Amino acid sequence: MTGNEALARGAYEAGVHFASAYPGTPSTEILENLAKYKEVYSEWAPNEKVGMEAASGASIMGARALTTMKHVGLNVAADPFFTMAYIGVNGGLVIINADDPGMHSSQNEQDNRYYAPHAKVPMLEPSDSEECRIFMHKAYEISEEFDTPVLLRTTTRVNHSKSLVNLEDRKEVTIREYKKDKLKNVMTPGHAQLRHPVVEERLESLRHYNNASSLNKVENNTDNLGIITSGISYTYAKEVFGENASYLKLGMTYPIPYELIQEFAKDKREIIVIEENEPYLEKEIKAMGIPCTGREVLPVCGELNPEIIREAFFGGEKKEMIVLESKSPTRPPVLCAGCPHRGFFNALKMDKDIIASGDIGCYTLGAMDPINVTDTVICMGASISAGTGMQKVLDMQGDTRKKVFSFIGDSTFFHSGITGLVNSIYNKIPLVTVIMDNRTTGMTGHQENPGTGKTLMGEDAGNVDIPLLVRSLGIKEDNIKVINPYFQDEAKAVIKEAKTATEPFVIITTEPCALIKEVQILRRNSFVEIDQEKCRKCKTCVRTGCPAIYIKDGSVFIDREMCNGCTLCYQVCPFDAIEKKGDLVHA
Amino acid sequence: MRKEANILFVGVGGQGTISASNLLSAALIELGYDVKMSEVHGMAQRGGSVSTQVRYGMSVNSPLIEKGTADYIVSFEKSESGRWLNYLRADGTIISSLHEIRPYSVNMGKEVYPEEILLEMENRGFKVISVDANVKAIELGNAKAANMILLGILAKELGLEEDILRNLIRQYFKPALQEVNLKALEEGFSRAEVQTV
Repeated sequence: MTGNEALARGAYEAGVHFASAYPGTPSTEILENLAKYKEVYSEWAPNEKVGMEAASGASIMGARALTTMKHVGLNVAADPFFTMAYIGVNGGLVIINADDPGMHSSQNEQDNRYYAPHAKVPMLEPSDSEECRIFMHKAYEISEEFDTPVLLRTTTRVNHSKSLVNLEDRKEVTIREYKKDKLKNVMTPGHAQLRHPVVEERLESLRHYNNASSLNKVENNTDNLGIITSGISYTYAKEVFGENASYLKLGMTYPIPYELIQEFAKDKREIIVIEENEPYLEKEIKAMGIPCTGREVLPVCGELNPEIIREAFFGGEKKEMIVLESKSPTRPPVLCAGCPHRGFFNALKMDKDIIASGDIGCYTLGAMDPINVTDTVICMGASISAGTGMQKVLDMQGDTRKKVFSFIGDSTFFHSGITGLVNSIYNKIPLVTVIMDNRTTGMTGHQENPGTGKTLMGEDAGNVDIPLLVRSLGIKEDNIKVINPYFQDEAKAVIKEAKTATEPFVIITTEPCALIKEVQILRRNSFVEIDQEKCRKCKTCVRTGCPAIYIKDGSVFIDREMCNGCTLCYQVCPFDAIEKKGDLVHA
Repeated sequence: MRKEANILFVGVGGQGTISASNLLSAALIELGYDVKMSEVHGMAQRGGSVSTQVRYGMSVNSPLIEKGTADYIVSFEKSESGRWLNYLRADGTIISSLHEIRPYSVNMGKEVYPEEILLEMENRGFKVISVDANVKAIELGNAKAANMILLGILAKELGLEEDILRNLIRQYFKPALQEVNLKALEEGFSRAEVQTV
């Protein structure tokens, strides 16, 4: 099982009743897998804050509740997270937080272990899939025994690595009785002042628990070298040092088990701390007065691996690199063949007066060659709100030639884009918001969202109508344009109109992601071909950046397997050298 | 059968590296090995360079393969193995599809597609097994089955029983896709020792 499958299995076995989350790499598959167990109610929430609050509500009502998110998701959910630390739980409440060292699919590599001491919440860190499963059981036990939310922190290589897992049956847990308890559940200043000392006492009890907890493992092989580590770093350390070191592998990394660390370190000649990114454990251990090595030799940036550890501690000659004359070409991610986003970007990419405020999703790739439209991407939902600030500055400068366009997908709009649009309406900022509705949450692998009409568990859902929502917020009817982004003439006309708008303006593109299964079936026999006799090799079609178009031996071809007939290249070809074939959907 | 190995599956997002390594891992688990596999999701999947790592043996700690320790690179695209060559042992094997996916930079003439890359690797002393996996898979009825041809070659090299993989294909694939994938696997097994650059 992958770590994510095992976390889902662990939640199921631990008797979890309720789970709510927003997708985010590398955490997405936890809820996708949990949804396969019909005993658990699992839902996609519009964002991580909603997911955290929904799970908090379920916990208050006595259910065992779960929420999951990627590292930056906890920033979004930090507000309820910190307050739930004061309120505590009725049914167990576990927050799975998946960090992404190395930023495989993220905008930063923040080390969320610091959230545990910041929020004063206990933290568990599994090293492999079996621990993912077992730690879920433990997390619920701790949560209910100590009346606290529990943070279960993973990293990409734990979430997305597979290792062997033992299975247990589901433990049926009765939903606890709900009793009104205002002092505990209503966080007014007066009540919170009473709760804070309780939180501090709880931390001391948890520290005491952690000093003797079976979550931590000591492997004594030698007195010469002791390694203190946790999470995936433990597997790397074992790979490099094997039986030549003793290990203190911490499964519970907050509150720090001082006594356990003292006991482990006292007879070791040397202590090394192996951890990824920030020196979280190392600083604590140094503060205890125990000399140790870690960050001096291990990098703070990027993902750790056995090789880096080997080089850091054993140095030695570097392996000779093999350099071929044949260079593998660079291959950054690109928008897929037939992607509707390409259609819209293509319609405005030549317009240098448009400043594009981008967002998180597939359309982030609008920043890449050859589209090169996007000027800035900050975080989920920032396109519109940042766009209001950008447009306001243009207005302050009296610049009427330039115009800010904000680009946001359907799922990201529901996540945290709506409030930005409200800001543009409220403060009368004539921003152009482009909602690229591709009927799915694309980048994380096609999750349902409030606009798709289906729930995570596959049932028919309430469906938020984006044009209606935008209209009801206050965008005037004339300033809302719903278009097919593949059709360049239509898109260009709307862009032209939007550029001169003096009021907030919204463009909604409605074509679905080309990778959605139903769309693929629909477009199976939809494609275009190049007439080699007519082709003048001007590369206009190549410059759309469609990965189905390629040049070999000087001639331009379209890969039949990839093409699904979006007709963008057909529309841009100045020599009518591209022919429509099959049953074109976008004829 | 080989008692332990490190295998890198590399290719372009969407080519099916994960499903091939899933199937291999399932077979290895059935045979009682400790198996660790690591994959990358998210943004990298969108037409970019991707890799999946599989390590097996009696006991495996880290899911990551270190440079110079991979026994096999299974490449779903002709030029992708080059990116990972420093992970291969000096006596390692490259199993590569001849399928070419030319990125934008190549199409615009900013970079050159390395037509002779597999030949150069062979000349450097690496064992290279190449196969026109996509052409063959299309002949068999589905381009997506190319990954099973490559998996078949790898399995033959490892000494893994074909029947174990055949049974897994029957479990993992929808009935409509089983036959083409079984044929592709068989094609891989039959190609293993025949084909060179």
